[in-house]
Amino acid sequence: MAETLTAASSHGEHAHGEMSFWSKYVFSTDHKVVGLQYMFTGIFMGLIGGFMAYAFRMQLAFPGVEVPGYGLVSPVDYNALVTNHGTIMIFWVAMPVLVAAFGNYLIPLMVGADDMVFPRLNRLSYQVFLLSAIVLICSFFVEGGGFGGAWTAYPPLSAQSQYNLTPLGSSLWLVAVGLEFVAFLIGGINFITTAMNSRAPGMKAYDIPMIVWMIVVASIMFMASVGPLLAGAVMLFMDQNIGTAFFDPDRGGDPILWQHLFWFFGHPEVYVVLLPATGLVADIITVFSRKKLFAYRTVLYTVFATGVLSFTVWAHHQFVAGIDPRMAHVFTVTTLLISIPIAEMMFVYIATLYGGSITLTTPMLWALAFIAEFLIGGVTGVFLGASGADIYFHDTYFVLAHFHYTFFPIAIIGFYAGISFWFPKMFGKMMNETLGKIHFWGTVIPFNLIFIPLFVLGASGQHRRIYDFSHFPNLSAPWQQDLRILATSALLVMLAFQSVFLVNFVWSLWKGRKAGKNPWKSNTLEWTAESPPPHGNWSELPTVYRGPYEYGVPGRDSDYWPQNEPN
Amino acid sequence: MIERYLPAASTYAGEVDFLINLILVLVGSCFIVCEVVFFWLIFRFRKKEGVAPEYITGELKSHKRWITIPHMVVLVFDVIIVVFAIKVWYDVKQDLPPADHTVRVVAQQWAWTFAHPGLDGAIDTADDIITVDELHVKVGSLYHFRLESRDVIHSFSVPVFRLKQDAIPGRVITGWFEATMTGTWDIQCTEICGIGHGLMPARIVIETPEQHAAWMAQKSPLSIAAVTAAPSAEE
Amino acid sequence: MPTGRLAVWMVVVSEIVVFGGVLASYIMHRLAHDAWSVQAAHTNMWIGAFNTFVLLTSSLFVAFAHKAAEEGDGVKASNFLWMTVAGGTTFVIVKALEWTSEITAGYTITSSTFWSFYYTAAGLHALHVIAGVVILMIIAMQARKQMELHRVELIGIYWYFVEIVWFFLFPLLYIAK
Repeated sequence: MAETLTAASSHGEHAHGEMSFWSKYVFSTDHKVVGLQYMFTGIFMGLIGGFMAYAFRMQLAFPGVEVPGYGLVSPVDYNALVTNHGTIMIFWVAMPVLVAAFGNYLIPLMVGADDMVFPRLNRLSYQVFLLSAIVLICSFFVEGGGFGGAWTAYPPLSAQSQYNLTPLGSSLWLVAVGLEFVAFLIGGINFITTAMNSRAPGMKAYDIPMIVWMIVVASIMFMASVGPLLAGAVMLFMDQNIGTAFFDPDRGGDPILWQHLFWFFGHPEVYVVLLPATGLVADIITVFSRKKLFAYRTVLYTVFATGVLSFTVWAHHQFVAGIDPRMAHVFTVTTLLISIPIAEMMFVYIATLYGGSITLTTPMLWALAFIAEFLIGGVTGVFLGASGADIYFHDTYFVLAHFHYTFFPIAIIGFYAGISFWFPKMFGKMMNETLGKIHFWGTVIPFNLIFIPLFVLGASGQHRRIYDFSHFPNLSAPWQQDLRILATSALLVMLAFQSVFLVNFVWSLWKGRKAGKNPWKSNTLEWTAESPPPHGNWSELPTVYRGPYEYGVPGRDSDYWPQNEPN
Repeated sequence: MIERYLPAASTYAGEVDFLINLILVLVGSCFIVCEVVFFWLIFRFRKKEGVAPEYITGELKSHKRWITIPHMVVLVFDVIIVVFAIKVWYDVKQDLPPADHTVRVVAQQWAWTFAHPGLDGAIDTADDIITVDELHVKVGSLYHFRLESRDVIHSFSVPVFRLKQDAIPGRVITGWFEATMTGTWDIQCTEICGIGHGLMPARIVIETPEQHAAWMAQKSPLSIAAVTAAPSAEE
Repeated sequence: MPTGRLAVWMVVVSEIVVFGGVLASYIMHRLAHDAWSVQAAHTNMWIGAFNTFVLLTSSLFVAFAHKAAEEGDGVKASNFLWMTVAGGTTFVIVKALEWTSEITAGYTITSSTFWSFYYTAAGLHALHVIAGVVILMIIAMQARKQMELHRVELIGIYWYFVEIVWFFLFPLLYIAK
């Protein structure tokens, strides 16, 4: 199907002269514009997701008080808020920003191609994605309100409207998620084919920058894992709307089946968004420590190992969900195994710093913060992967704090690291360093103050998705409420500091210092193009002579050695 | 770690807590070492004028050692954790010791119904004591619970026992617990189950055998029938 | 690998896992419920067999079309592609008649989980056949004008995939009773 849409476009697309605003920014097939479209849509959805977090955190800290800017948070609202916060942050922020925005913008530039191999397919991918975002937003405003059955959407709650009371909201939510998957399947085809077939002459497998590898592996993982859930979404949609009984135990269906389909996708999905973030961290720490990436091939092997293993761990989300208890042993072993390649990747990054010449610019701070914070997310995961300990921790705030310690470094810290690093390339201006550092500390410190209290609350038995803990005597001690207020206050501070970023963004676009081609003295190919690169990227496509991380090579005058520079 | 916040009130709670503490020590030490090395490297190798960065590929065996040794440490720790995790899991979830009593736990939107055996000691008889949102058990007796759901998926969680099990509509799931101390504690529903998910608290009342007998005598349908039947016989 | 072929394989891989999800769910369900054979007995194996034959024949025509396209004979390739279109259309028409008789006999998608899977899996497959027929027609028209002959191979890959999915559906839905 893809073929008819695209094959004609693989040649002769770049002969445009003057273009109107619409064809240049809205219906563009240029990979850079599509990347930015994904990025701005992702930022916009991130603002919605952040606002939702604000509303329900206020309800938790001050139950029953009218939230300024939102109003009273009823139990119905609360469920819809937490559900859509999770859905948005994963599918409409982490995915578009990390995989699609950086993937679209960087892959052709980093492998030395003039565009994606299927530019029109690329545009279609964004349009489907935008449609999915619109459908999701519409679902908040239909009769009955938005879907409130958690982002995991376990049936029968999600399947039957007499249980969830949001017949329209839950169907629209499902349609939106399905469309989003289709958008990324289309986009993924482009990433993989471009990285495989459009590399600059001389660029061998081990000369590819890490972030390109990571996005390609992530796209392959997405492609191989999302199918069953798409099938499951079709089945769930029919359960909701035409009365089939795939997941209805009263009429011969099986609700656990959905959990398998969901988590078979859901766990690889974590790595789908994790890998691009680790990739861009690798690219940033090498530049700002002027060091070659420690053991490039080892990093690649850890990525492949993680990719393969991530398909074998899904049932650790279902230890206490009624699966055969003997299965828990298998999934405990695979889950703890997957900690090895990921830990090794972190060791490699830390080892890369050794012997470097480290400058703490804003992108470097973000990249280092990613490593420091992600380590916390990683080690707390071991508690949950060990079946015996998960009996207690399952569905408590400990789980919630754990995956925020993974997803926040991935989606938010990763995004800020990437944008502050590639902003000069994207817009031709430097971002303001002082504002950047204020924003950094104003985000990272409150972040820890939000989620460390939640670890403690989780350890004291506080369970998830409860809009008011005063009904639970063991969870209403004054110290527990104090921790909730601390977390909420830290969230308010963190949200307020995001305005510094927006100001910095707009101000730098308008007044920032001119960046030049290569402000960071980086090796990779995107820095040899103009800032911002024109349509077609280079007037003459580059040739590659060496790997991407040749910093501080002995016997050379400059401490970097661009990939395209002949000896 | 957990006992600081919540007492351990079942025979296997101590095992779960031990496992959690074990993991805390093992991964905690890894974590601290990592972070210390990490911050030290950032400080030690900060940019200094006239000092060029070193060129290290990391492909040499002598360099790779810095990765492979921590790798082995993680592997060994993982094996230790797996062994203990499987042991705890087996004891709590897979092994089912013979029961002294059996209770039925029924979840629905949004309440818990508990069926206790009455004076005849068996459930599913006319003598059952049915309560809503309150489970009464005796300390020191081994209970089986039969967990069911009437509508959507719920989860039966007793934090003080370190026990959690999802209730699946259409299935009856059996598990066990044995209380080791008296008191009244929360029972939670830990799987989102609709609008009233936050309004599904219940309490577990752990009593001494004497207290439990007194409660049973007061609540049992047979004894109630006996009490109400006695005056009518006199007339 | 040429870019177009690579991309079609990507599409096929992502489709394989979609059908894999449906079929794995179906098989798991069947293993858990013996009573299904009673429901499955009402499917018509002979219609299924006929459709299998139709799809096989149409794949043969696609193979011929590919050969002709490689020889640069667009008109010949186009003729073979139109025969494939005829095959695909026959498949869909037979399917429609089959479903009509089943629905009038009272076996609808909500009758039981077996019938839900039956209509979902076969319906999803039929949608792929219809999409394939539309693309075949476009490529056949282009090939007649000697345009984009490399696409003949690409639609061929897709069409084999559609056929292979049916090879799984036919025994699972019609023969295993």
